[in-house]
Amino acid sequence: MVASRSPVNSAMYMIATFVGMACLFVLLDAFFIAVLQILVYAGAVMVLFLFIIMLLDMDQREDLRHRTIPSMAAMIAFGLLLVIVLGFFKGKFEGEHLVEVQESASIAQVTDAQKWESGSSLPYSTKAKTFGYGLFSKYMLPFQVTGILLLVAMVGVIVISKPHKAKGEEAEPEEVL
Amino acid sequence: MSIGIHEFLTISGLLFSIGMFGVLFRRNTIIMLMSLELMLNAVNLGLVGFSRHNNDLDGSLFVLFIITVAAAEVAVGLAILVTLYRQRNSVMADHLNLLKD
Repeated sequence: MVASRSPVNSAMYMIATFVGMACLFVLLDAFFIAVLQILVYAGAVMVLFLFIIMLLDMDQREDLRHRTIPSMAAMIAFGLLLVIVLGFFKGKFEGEHLVEVQESASIAQVTDAQKWESGSSLPYSTKAKTFGYGLFSKYMLPFQVTGILLLVAMVGVIVISKPHKAKGEEAEPEEVL
Repeated sequence: MSIGIHEFLTISGLLFSIGMFGVLFRRNTIIMLMSLELMLNAVNLGLVGFSRHNNDLDGSLFVLFIITVAAAEVAVGLAILVTLYRQRNSVMADHLNLLKD
């Protein structure tokens, strides 16, 4: 993905990566997140990327050959990070298999008010209902902050992508369709 | 099941390294943004893996927030790119040297 010259090819490989990642989420019994991954990343984000690539019409290929120092630095950083990460986990979780998901009989069973007071967490579940419960009880404040963040991002994008008016020029009224 | 958390953490670390390599190596800003997305996704995979391993839903809930923030970040980043392209007629990071001189 990072090695292909054309941005469109890169985006296509990226979509394949996201679909493969969704398969990994299914292997982890996280079905809700797998569906979300396909919808948000492969559906929305990559369409946005492809749209921008199409809009900007980039035919300029970057020349990667004459940049020895940055590519050497990138190679070294890549190898170092890989060795550190893999070495850190080596032998730590070796041979530990994932246990079967214990679905609780009812959601009320695990979500009584006393347990939330003590700051305990929900057990892992494959149901989207449990996700909703967690979002709307324990993570209520981060959930609302995320909503405000989306609003700010939306307003910011609109302001940024408005055509820039030169100073002193009268602002023309927007055309009404 | 015969696979454990170790395999997922390995894949997660590998994808994160590839993403960081892409950010450092490429000069095309759109591909740098894509590599950022790849890094966020690798972190998501690690979080879900640990969440599954520890039988705790908190990691999976955190992934939802990460996905939301990543989507917002991509939208803002691409809007900035479009504005930059209008001004400089290029999206290569080498040409974005307005603050340099």
